[in-house]
Amino acid sequence: MMKLKQLESYLGSLQQFSNPKVDLEQYPTGPHIASRLLYTAENSFGDISGKVVADFGCGCGTLGLASALLGAEYVVGIDIDSQSLETASLNASDLELDLNLIWCDIKNLKWKGKMVDTVVMNPPFGTRKKGSDMDFLVAALKVASQAVYSLHKTSTRDHVKRTALRDFNAKSADVLCELRFDVPQMYKFHKKKEIDIAVDLWRFVP
Amino acid sequence: MRLLTHNMLSSNIKGVTNGFPLRLQVEKSVEKEVDLNPDFLKNIFPKIEWKALVDASRALGYPELPDEAEPSMLDSHDFLKKFHHALLELHVEEGALICPETGRNFPISKGIPNMLLHEDEV
Repeated sequence: MMKLKQLESYLGSLQQFSNPKVDLEQYPTGPHIASRLLYTAENSFGDISGKVVADFGCGCGTLGLASALLGAEYVVGIDIDSQSLETASLNASDLELDLNLIWCDIKNLKWKGKMVDTVVMNPPFGTRKKGSDMDFLVAALKVASQAVYSLHKTSTRDHVKRTALRDFNAKSADVLCELRFDVPQMYKFHKKKEIDIAVDLWRFVP
Repeated sequence: MRLLTHNMLSSNIKGVTNGFPLRLQVEKSVEKEVDLNPDFLKNIFPKIEWKALVDASRALGYPELPDEAEPSMLDSHDFLKKFHHALLELHVEEGALICPETGRNFPISKGIPNMLLHEDEV
């Protein structure tokens, strides 16, 4: 099995958004967070290797490619933005990995049954458009048969837990750890050089 | 787009009730070899809508899958090879997915199906 540091360094070599779009909250998932999310999913729960994994809102493909690097058998990446999908596709070719991309709005996703074992995602935090992270979560819980890994702002922890268990019928909803999400200064409305947001790494069982 | 993806997708237009399977139209396709993993194939088999896979593989010019399949066939290496090839080695590069109910065309370009909806379809 690939070492954590090695995974992180592969992910560090990926191309990121060349032209981030504010309304889609396109923040790159940094290699530090992405490698820890996937490493935990694989090492502690066996949710990646040999599985069908979907990366919701895949952007440039970081989480999906990390899944492939850890031995996922089939990885699907879905995004609403065609430029991101193009970059994801280039990143996949650079690493000689297969990423099955779909151009789709997660809100309008309709799949037959539960073909996917595990969903991994870094949803928009919903700061620009309220509730968009929960739109992702409800869609993920519908298609995954085994687990959903997701990042949500720590400040919304109680809301996420309550909604997942009560409204989305998740069997369990657990915070695995708290991470710092460094959002580099990418947009004009960011005054500080770097904004450091506390986020929770969640594991949900559908 | 590989055929496992095709087996997941359903027409997502509002009001459509029989959106699966999407009919596959192929303009350009490629084959890419991948390692055969028998355990993976055995696990995924019960989730596969067989007829949809057979029709899609035929649209891609691969006629080798039997019309019907049952779990006991997974013991045959010959069957596994064909199942593996149809599910994971055939790629649609250019073409379209057609909604069985409305005839709406979802284009596939550079291997990526475009499932975005128009405003009046959501």
